[in-house]
Amino acid sequence: MPELPIAVAMSGGVDSSTVAALLARQGRSVIGLTMQLWNQRRLPALAVEGSSGRCCSLDDVYDARRVAEQIGIPYYVLNFEREFEERVVKPFVDEYLAGRTPIPCTLCNNFIKFARFLEMADAVGAHQIATGHYARVRRDADSGRWQLLRGADASKDQTYFLFGLTQAQLARTLFPLADLTKTEVRALAREMGLSVAEKSDSQEICFVPNGDYAAFLSAYLEENRTPAAPAAGEIVTTDGRRLGEHQGVHHFTVGQRRGLGIAAGEPLYVISTDARSRRVLVGGNDELLRERLRVREVNWIAIEGLAAPVRAEVKIRNKHAAAPATLHPAGEGVEVVFDNPQRAVTPGQAAVFYHGDLVLGGGWIE
Amino acid sequence: MQHFYFDHNATTPAAPQALDAVVSCLGQEYGNASSIHYFGQAAKRKMEVARRQMAALLHAAPAEIVFTSGGTEADNMAVLGVVRRAGGADRHVITSAIEHPAVLGPCAQLDREGVAITRLPVGADGAVDPEDVRRALRPETVLISIMHANNETGVVQPLAEIGRIAREAGVPLHSDGVQAVGKIPVNVEALGVDLYSLSGHKFYAPKGVGALYVTKGTRLDPIAFGGHHERDRRPGTENVPGIAGLGAAAEVASECLEGESTRVAALRDRLEQAVLDCIPGAGVNGNWRNRTPNTTNLYFDGIDGEALVIALDLRGFATSTGSACSSGAVTPSHVLTAMGLSAERARASLRISLGRGNTIEQADALVEALAASVAHLRRISVHA
Repeated sequence: MPELPIAVAMSGGVDSSTVAALLARQGRSVIGLTMQLWNQRRLPALAVEGSSGRCCSLDDVYDARRVAEQIGIPYYVLNFEREFEERVVKPFVDEYLAGRTPIPCTLCNNFIKFARFLEMADAVGAHQIATGHYARVRRDADSGRWQLLRGADASKDQTYFLFGLTQAQLARTLFPLADLTKTEVRALAREMGLSVAEKSDSQEICFVPNGDYAAFLSAYLEENRTPAAPAAGEIVTTDGRRLGEHQGVHHFTVGQRRGLGIAAGEPLYVISTDARSRRVLVGGNDELLRERLRVREVNWIAIEGLAAPVRAEVKIRNKHAAAPATLHPAGEGVEVVFDNPQRAVTPGQAAVFYHGDLVLGGGWIE
Repeated sequence: MQHFYFDHNATTPAAPQALDAVVSCLGQEYGNASSIHYFGQAAKRKMEVARRQMAALLHAAPAEIVFTSGGTEADNMAVLGVVRRAGGADRHVITSAIEHPAVLGPCAQLDREGVAITRLPVGADGAVDPEDVRRALRPETVLISIMHANNETGVVQPLAEIGRIAREAGVPLHSDGVQAVGKIPVNVEALGVDLYSLSGHKFYAPKGVGALYVTKGTRLDPIAFGGHHERDRRPGTENVPGIAGLGAAAEVASECLEGESTRVAALRDRLEQAVLDCIPGAGVNGNWRNRTPNTTNLYFDGIDGEALVIALDLRGFATSTGSACSSGAVTPSHVLTAMGLSAERARASLRISLGRGNTIEQADALVEALAASVAHLRRISVHA
């Protein structure tokens, strides 16, 4: 029986292109698939010049197809626009409007890249999938569990966005870039003569041009003719002083300093936002410090669950250096108690629990 | 692995006669058809032979054939040209919801320019009701544009009846005949159309060439400006090799249309029957009585059509779900949804379009691959 092919998720970028080329070079049977997630021409108000480098532009599909041609593998484009809007874009918009700061990449990984994509891989007869994520996956002989670990390139580590992967998903996933740094990946791409070897990295949230999510929100709401709820509200200090007005809580995120539009004697930061009262609470830097936080919808990876308190390092946003803490079981969720208070705990972001490089699990900050 | 082609509504291979004609005009009769010298005249002769061949297939007069770069340009010339020529503050166009984007696109542009557009619905059979056309008529209606045969379902529209209604009302009728020419007999006079678009590569001519039939006396503004080619209808040096290929393909079609359409219809019916017999939860979309002989549009409940197309391709069979967008990704068909199919069933549909190269053995092999792929997809339950 011929070897079952591996479906490679090809974005048209250098990472996933290198994955496809590496596997093909190893003599594996590879099928290249590009997920068309979002129509970049859909919201004309957001049109920007030179939109390549964002996902799903026609340029990216062109690049992925070109690489597939170069390495001689079958290649197809899958249209997941409907699922992407339902499972990623709409929740992203709703979260912002509710005054939280969402991470669409995690939703996309959970529901699209490692769910819908796996289904399509099945459909075309591929049992395993491979992506260009910088992370490692392995099976632990003792526990029998599939483990997720940080990749070799600490600066590119993407495990923060992958904490939602289930055992079934991990069991079928390959991360061929696990042991490589970005520099090495580029060198490999060059060595294999891939046309995308010098292509710049994609930035920020793929469907939001220039990271301007407020502009995206208003364009999206306008397109959907959602009556814009009254957004303006007050900016108030933690000790009750009214400092000014704002144009909507979705313009603010916890810990933000710039763009408050107010002058005060001392540096002010957003401490919290409340969508219902439309209030933005501001205060000094030390008021941002929190010792504990609660996490819901926890997905466990290295361990089956939490029976007793466990020591871990906890990362509360992508750029956060994981901080030592104790995880306490708390009903359906987890209570995280840090050894030292952490700055800017932001509802809607993820808290991911590590043991060194090993991902124990993670969930959403309440 | 061998690959078999079952996507002739997307495009066809060039007929050997068309290939010869193209090559000859590239290498020998390479003159500019507008030049007055020997070389120009030779090219011009080739072009006029092609015009007669093309006219013969449509039962039109050669002077009524304007060569274009393909179906899309012909559709744009007809729709934009007639409506813009008509002028007036209030203008109205009648078209249908199942037209090709080459007609829907210019209609949307006219819409933005302030022209009222009626997009007629279709029934579950995939056909426009001629009485709907009559009811949609307004004093300011300046154009009716209804396709002859649909690209996705193959359903042939009641064009002759619509033609009678258009004539009675004195409104010009355009029809996109891209999927009809070469598949079913076309007699533009009997149909009562004033304008009729066609595309070469759908009937074994090369890509990049097509034609617009324009009845004498039909007035339309040009959509491009330049030289005086094609009686001032379409500027630009003529694509003589393509046009010669188009003429040759038209002549082949005139000769073999009857026999080939009978053969292909039998093959299609055999394939369709086998699918219905051996794959549960399958059915035909649209009116199966009145279709182009080469086309079948099937649904397989619980299946993702996109996955099915890929699975079949990996087994060596080229089919399609509908019209592909520019990036090559597939979107749910506007034709099938207009026929009242649920989004699920539209996404669970597959178009098979046969052609001259297909044999009984290939068709039977396709049925086998289809049965295996559908069973596999259902087993892993990839839902549409």
